Amino acid sequence: MEFFERFAIYHPSPLIYASMVAIGLVSIAIVVGITYFKKWGYLWNEWLTTVDHKKIGIMYIISALLMLFRGGADAIMMRLQTAVPDNSFLDAQHYNEVFTTHGVVMIMFMAMPFIIGLMNFIVPLQIGARDVAFPRLNAISFWLFFFGAMLFNVSFVIGGSPDAGWTNYYPLASNEFSPSVGVNYYNWALQISGIGTLMTGINFIATILKMRAPGMKLMKMPMFTWASLLTNVIIVFAFPVLTIALLMGTFDRQFGTNFFTSMNGGMDMMWANLFWIWGHPEVYILILPAFGIYSEIISTFSERNLYGYKSMVWSMVLISLFSFTVWLHHFFTMGQNAFTNSIFSITTIAIAIPTGIKIFNWLLTMWKGKIRFTVPMLYSIAFIPLFTIGGATGVMLGIASADYQYHNTMFLVAHFHNVIIPGVVFAVLAGFTYWWPKMFGFMLNEKIGKWAFWFLTIGFCLAFFPMYVTGLDGQARRMYTYSEATGFGPLNMLSFFGAGLMAIAFALIVYNVYYSFRHSPRNVGDDPWNARSLEWATHNPVPEYNFAVTPEVKSSQAFWDQKKHGHKLFDKEYEEIHMPNKSGVPFIMGVLFSIFGFSFIFAIWIGVILSAIGIFACMIHRTFEQVHGFHISVKEIKETEEKFGGADK
Amino acid sequence: MKIDHSQPLEYSTEQNRLNILGFWIFLGAEIMLFATLFTSYFVYEDRIGSGPSGADIFEITPVLIETIILLTSSFTIGLAVHAMRINRTKAMTVFLGITLLLGAAFLATEIYEFNHYYHVGATLQTSGFTGILLTTLGTHGAHVTLGLFWGTMILMQIKKRGLTPQIANKSFIFSLYWHFLDVVWIFIFSFIYLKGMM
Amino acid sequence: MKLKWAFLSLVFTMAIVLTGCEPLLVLNPQGPQAETQANVIWISIATMSVILIIVLAILITVLIKYRASKQSDDYEPPHIKSNPIVEGIIIGFPVLIIIFLGIVSVSSTYKVETTPEGYEDQEPLIIYASSSNWKWHFSYPEEDIETVNYVFIPEDRPIEFKLYSYGPITSFWIPQLAGQKYAMADMVTTLHLAAENPGEYMGRNANFSGEGFAENKFDVTALTQKEFDEWVEDIHQTAEPITEDEFNELLKPGHLGKLTFTGTHLDFSPAPEGEHAGHNHGDASEQEDHSEHSNH
Repeated sequence: MEFFERFAIYHPSPLIYASMVAIGLVSIAIVVGITYFKKWGYLWNEWLTTVDHKKIGIMYIISALLMLFRGGADAIMMRLQTAVPDNSFLDAQHYNEVFTTHGVVMIMFMAMPFIIGLMNFIVPLQIGARDVAFPRLNAISFWLFFFGAMLFNVSFVIGGSPDAGWTNYYPLASNEFSPSVGVNYYNWALQISGIGTLMTGINFIATILKMRAPGMKLMKMPMFTWASLLTNVIIVFAFPVLTIALLMGTFDRQFGTNFFTSMNGGMDMMWANLFWIWGHPEVYILILPAFGIYSEIISTFSERNLYGYKSMVWSMVLISLFSFTVWLHHFFTMGQNAFTNSIFSITTIAIAIPTGIKIFNWLLTMWKGKIRFTVPMLYSIAFIPLFTIGGATGVMLGIASADYQYHNTMFLVAHFHNVIIPGVVFAVLAGFTYWWPKMFGFMLNEKIGKWAFWFLTIGFCLAFFPMYVTGLDGQARRMYTYSEATGFGPLNMLSFFGAGLMAIAFALIVYNVYYSFRHSPRNVGDDPWNARSLEWATHNPVPEYNFAVTPEVKSSQAFWDQKKHGHKLFDKEYEEIHMPNKSGVPFIMGVLFSIFGFSFIFAIWIGVILSAIGIFACMIHRTFEQVHGFHISVKEIKETEEKFGGADK
Repeated sequence: MKIDHSQPLEYSTEQNRLNILGFWIFLGAEIMLFATLFTSYFVYEDRIGSGPSGADIFEITPVLIETIILLTSSFTIGLAVHAMRINRTKAMTVFLGITLLLGAAFLATEIYEFNHYYHVGATLQTSGFTGILLTTLGTHGAHVTLGLFWGTMILMQIKKRGLTPQIANKSFIFSLYWHFLDVVWIFIFSFIYLKGMM
Repeated sequence: MKLKWAFLSLVFTMAIVLTGCEPLLVLNPQGPQAETQANVIWISIATMSVILIIVLAILITVLIKYRASKQSDDYEPPHIKSNPIVEGIIIGFPVLIIIFLGIVSVSSTYKVETTPEGYEDQEPLIIYASSSNWKWHFSYPEEDIETVNYVFIPEDRPIEFKLYSYGPITSFWIPQLAGQKYAMADMVTTLHLAAENPGEYMGRNANFSGEGFAENKFDVTALTQKEFDEWVEDIHQTAEPITEDEFNELLKPGHLGKLTFTGTHLDFSPAPEGEHAGHNHGDASEQEDHSEHSNH
């Protein structure tokens, strides 16, 4: 019995038991459903063992959407709890767990995989490649992320959720103040998915540097590819810091070391430093690809070339460099001297310069254009003013003296949601709608999409703008409740209302997928948006081999050149195409890693040892394996191309 | 699989060239990993709490032995790659074998060293300083251990299949990894041991 | 689009109306430090509004002028190369604004980190404020008294709060008098402030510190120097002295009301500064023990 006691829920409540039942029922329903429709073979062959960047991209996006609903449910619970003063819907401990998981899930398991999913799908197409440089590694990346996310998500029903905030500051996150296994879950879920992300970074840098179509110089890459390249460089430099920080945290909690304690030479401030040396670049990992997506969409729907291509690239390079020089602004109030704070204050607000350049470049891209208000474009247009507000409050927060007042308040919460939602979430939704026909060969319904857009935008404004006000009125963040005398009540109620509108928007987006799947016409052609960059030069949906013939490229808008200037992209004969084999090993490794993490969390050493042996066995299998891939014959290519209504040949 | 004979064997296919570039990027990440450990080490260096300081516990003999062994192994892996380039499979396996033996000797010395620290009361738990010291050394040691297994696998493959472009590629990448561990050790030697003993 | 701006303005009006009755705490400063901060906030809001208005103006113009429905079907937007003058403007404009705000930031950062302006000639009153889950302990070494969860300060006198923590990192914040600063277990941080008017102010821990965080508040009362002296005198006559056992009892996690003692806990549980700072923690005799081992 004693063995099983450790799995008990740390802080039980009817809500958690209800979720437990729901999780059980849904799992059974999924298993029964797949068995009933005899889809196990299909699932295994087509998805679980795939190494195709397009399918991996789609799996990333599906996982991200699932996590969006998990994190969104947390968000609604938080806003409901604080909607009225002295509410007792959640107690303090439960509220702490909810906001911690909300933060981790939204950043690590929603925004990042959504971005990486789009990157997976689009980048090889934009550079005219057959796949990424290391397709098998790509599958491992995905499964590590996926099982890391799953591990994190079982925490609240097995053993207890982390409860020290997504920033997980020590000593609060130490065994003394956070006795449940929650923070162990945090350490291992982030560690495992972090390793996956690091491998994605390596993979995409190699892909973009080495696998571009002939003629595509670095300065002729589409903007999203540029953004992805820089993002992956940041990943490679930032994630090892997180690896070490999490390792030190794990040692502190599970082996009794003194890294972040307050005795025997420990130093709690070290965690904050390491966390933010990773954490600040992390937010740029999210926002740079978003900038790339907006650049593509704004240019397409204004029917204009992207204004100031060079300054767009250089501003992103600058942002990437600056991202490593500003981490201290997350704790101006930690007692450094005025000189240190001044330096970091200046580096922080200096980021507004390259960002400002980008905003003006987007505006100038629309200048003299022919603007079509499609759903992706609506998100991009709303992004500009909303992100400007978010950026402006960011500059305000970057002024060290004033940060003493904003820090740890709802003002800060409003700020980072104001950059992340219009910045990243709008971008992935815009990209999702824009590239949807590329993925599935039909369009999402524009009308439902526009409804969702308006609900989301208005909901966002109502949910987060009031927080600027309550923050300046003294409402600290992460308070599970407040008294009526504070006067925070009405504005928090307004926030809750806004959050409700956002929830409706997300429900509409899912409904739109269902509706469009049922009703959208399937003959959209290869160029439904009158687009410009190379990914649109192949068919919708994209055939397995991406391009029948490797394209030859003259500019960053290769497809536009082909349409308007008669440039021949595909001036070669069909040749046999070499493709990588699929493999079940990445999936199995993901499972083994999650067993490893789970066993480590609960200090079940036998499980740790066995799964570690299993992981090594997979690696040994890999190194001895002789796979040469397979070939798609010219005949097959011709058949496929004809099925798509004749090729460009 | 198109083989380009104008290139050295390890660079001869497109995938081989990608693998080498990918591994260099991976080494970039590894540099960040060790840079983080070194930075943390400098922060904790004087935070010894009630435990011993570096000067109290470092012993020059095992450290020198480790250094000499590892530098030699870096030399022998270089010879192995050279032998591979001039297509001397036999010589290559011998040098690779010597490298792995030296690696094992290094590891044995390091285990002895850790045992010594344990006996003088410098464990992971003793203080911030001993914690980061053992974590940094341990991370390097774990890399060497992993390298031993990896090198053994490559050796077995050479025996089994001879020097194909794929295996040449793996061997070359392994040599990059091994040189990298040597460079990290030079930093450990200078900034942890020498600085600590002075 | 009109709908959206209508909604936006509605939100802002509502926000202003809802809070219009009382000014926001941070923007209603009662001391020189908080006033510096409020001024910086207003300056930055004004500067940022200029940018926002410019961006909005361009955006609205572009959307109205160049929307597809307004143009003929055969209009083909031109390919526009970037123009060095335009690029110069869009780089130069943000640079100028950042230089301006950089100067504001640096000068005000130095200001809030020293004795408040105009109070340099006075001897500051030093109060140690330490947090434990989930309480604040205030020790007055000069007056030799200690309070829990409330603090009285004399007006028009510079105060230095020396902050540290008996647990998680907390953040000591009195919005109307000064910004916040962290209280940590292994070092002491200093917050400078002065109150210009007598009155009661809200103070709280702003940094999440676990279950009882929401209620981790304290009251700040500014009195005239005369009233303050009387209050100190009064405590020395009525309150009990604080003992080590009693203090350890107070440190246990939980909430307490307001308490008053004579003496301070600094005598038996000194703040982590100087020789007691974090990296020197640990017993000296134990240290000798270990060095002996290493000589083996």
